[in-house]
Amino acid sequence: MTFTVRPGVVTGFVGPNGAGKSTTMRIVVGLDRPDEGSALVGGAAYRTLKRPLTHVGALLDASALQPSRTGRDHLLWLARSQGLGPRRVDEVLGLVGLGPAARRKAGGYSLGMRQRLGIAAALLGDPPVLLFDEPFNGLDPEGIVWIRGLLRSLADGGRAVLVSSHLMSELQDVAGHLIVAGRGRVVADRDVEGLIAAASDGRVSLRTTAREDAMEALARAGATVTVTGTDALTVSGLTAAGTVAALTAAGVPFAEVSAHRATLEEAYMELTRESVEFR
Amino acid sequence: MIALLRSEWTKFRTVRGWIAGSIVAVLLTAGVGLLGAAGTVRSCEGPQGNVCPEIPIGPGGQAVTDRFSFYHRALPGDGSITAKVAGVSGVITYPPPGHDQIVPGVVPWAKVGVMVKRDLTQGSAYTAVMVTGDHGTRVQDDFVNDLAAGGDPWLRLSRTGDVLTGETSPDGTSWRVVATTRLAGPAVVGLFAASPCDVTLGQGSLGGVIGACRLTNVTGRFEHVTVEGAAGTWTHDDVGGEPGAPSLSVGAARDWGSAIQLTGSGDIAPAGIDGGAVIERTLSGATIGLIAVIVVGVLFVTAEYRRGLIRSTLAASPGRTGVLPAKAAVVAAVTFAGGLVAAAIAVPVGLRLMRDRNNAIAPVTALTEVRVIVGTAALLAVTAVLALAMGALFRRSAAAVIATIMLVLLPQLLATASVIPAPAAEWLLRVTPAAGFAIQQSIPEYPQVEDYSVPALGYYPLPPLGGFAVTCLYAAAALGAAIVLLRRRDA
Repeated sequence: MTFTVRPGVVTGFVGPNGAGKSTTMRIVVGLDRPDEGSALVGGAAYRTLKRPLTHVGALLDASALQPSRTGRDHLLWLARSQGLGPRRVDEVLGLVGLGPAARRKAGGYSLGMRQRLGIAAALLGDPPVLLFDEPFNGLDPEGIVWIRGLLRSLADGGRAVLVSSHLMSELQDVAGHLIVAGRGRVVADRDVEGLIAAASDGRVSLRTTAREDAMEALARAGATVTVTGTDALTVSGLTAAGTVAALTAAGVPFAEVSAHRATLEEAYMELTRESVEFR
Repeated sequence: MIALLRSEWTKFRTVRGWIAGSIVAVLLTAGVGLLGAAGTVRSCEGPQGNVCPEIPIGPGGQAVTDRFSFYHRALPGDGSITAKVAGVSGVITYPPPGHDQIVPGVVPWAKVGVMVKRDLTQGSAYTAVMVTGDHGTRVQDDFVNDLAAGGDPWLRLSRTGDVLTGETSPDGTSWRVVATTRLAGPAVVGLFAASPCDVTLGQGSLGGVIGACRLTNVTGRFEHVTVEGAAGTWTHDDVGGEPGAPSLSVGAARDWGSAIQLTGSGDIAPAGIDGGAVIERTLSGATIGLIAVIVVGVLFVTAEYRRGLIRSTLAASPGRTGVLPAKAAVVAAVTFAGGLVAAAIAVPVGLRLMRDRNNAIAPVTALTEVRVIVGTAALLAVTAVLALAMGALFRRSAAAVIATIMLVLLPQLLATASVIPAPAAEWLLRVTPAAGFAIQQSIPEYPQVEDYSVPALGYYPLPPLGGFAVTCLYAAAALGAAIVLLRRRDA
């Protein structure tokens, strides 16, 4: 697996369960040893870093907490290990909105609060590189919106942000770049705009009550037409503007013409069709 | 490393259960001993009421046994005594296997010889050259010092100024100096005979040690006795003799001029466990407090494995080597501080409680008392490190707690509860981490005393620091293995 995570962009790291996303992240922070090869952070092996949390922040397992310790104390021991003090702890608690709950025992935290605490831990050293493994897990819709905003603002601040997920829809509108993993390999490594454009493939959706007339007119204009419903057609070989012009010239009525835009999920399904292992 | 230490200390102090466990360890360590002390009452009902006999104290401050038959003259200044021990015989009452006869025989540490002693009070300073039952000719002084001097029958003890010189000779003409000691001022000089009781240790059918001590006496036949510089006449005294003692223990001297025959019983030696309660009795709670210490030590690391927190720890300290040493330092420091508080309360308060209840306490030097207190705290701390290392090796709380208890506490309990034979018990206390309990032993074992020197009665086979070193070795080896494994294993 070789890929680069660039600063200033949220990079989505997707693939089916078991594709090796979490393992990759664990290898990056020195928890697992790769069978071969190496993972470097800013050109150095993670294990040689002096205050590693100021280089890389990682949320790997939000449930890894001592239940009888408060959230604030959890962050405090992490901070101490990096030579940081309680002031920075209170800063990140504010950043993730855990302030009031920070002095309660972590054992009583909801899944969402644990995710927020885990994110606070990743942000503790204000690192330029952030790894989040499945940060959306167990979050309510409000929490998902919050994380999306946070991820975007972290990337906008110039950080390199890698976010893994097994659900593409979660990364919609957040990820600017996508790494698709499957069977322990990189299946695709490209920017999200290009990916969607490729999946959309210049097709146009058309709604019309005069289906037969429309098909005839469009075929004459050189397009390939597929029937997708009683009053729906998909046109390829013509742009939306070209479709409108052809229909207008032939006097065929139509209700709607739109450029078909694939969802991130469709694009992803297209890419991973061959590498799906566990479903 | 400072950052790691602060981090681990923050971890420790922010889990209430671990702080509570450490406090429980302190309470158990101090409390059990104090309860025992409060419940130990000695009563010596006699004709004079409840008056317990005073235990004599030697010049070195130890409780001593000082009971023997003494045929003596005054020694105001310089002088000497020379004698040949021409024969040693004795009587042993009811020895094994039948325990039904009084037989002739000399016990190994029966002693007859020449002595210069400050005065006739028990515990006063002395130097003696003697022939023993089985241990050859020896020079002993002030109860604790003992030097082997071959097997010659001629003995001489001379004083010039305040220097005493002990010599032996095979023939009365060529003399060899064995030892010199000091004793200034007026003294007494003479012949003595003492025979300690015949000790056997048995194993009870339901466990426990059965010690038996049978009355013996010894008779020495002295020839060529010459005394220089002495004053006054020859007098016989039973030093430490009690009215109404059994006739066999009463000494006697017969003086024919050309030869003197002296019979006596008793011993001149450190008192060992007969010298009163040992101060470590007040620390009997340490074995129970140790359980809490072990649980806290193990949990301090296994809790991280159980919660997956170890990954956060290792991601924060990816070098890994320093993590366990930092944890060990924190848990050792906490346990040492707690153990010091517990022991520093239990010993003085426990001793006060026991003295108030008429108990005699075997006296020890301040240095020994400090060693027992600090040593107990250190033993708890080292065991906490061992427990921590076991936790890191096993990564499971129950397995690590059980393994550590099996390593440290089980041998100690087996050995001292005398459920196994004494040789096996001593072996256990040499090769297992329980050897460290030797640091609590306040009264040393003296080779010149035939005593009940078994673990069940508080005698450890290794010296205090030697035993403690064994426990330290175990802790260091376990911690070293755990560090290596932590570096090697995926988290």
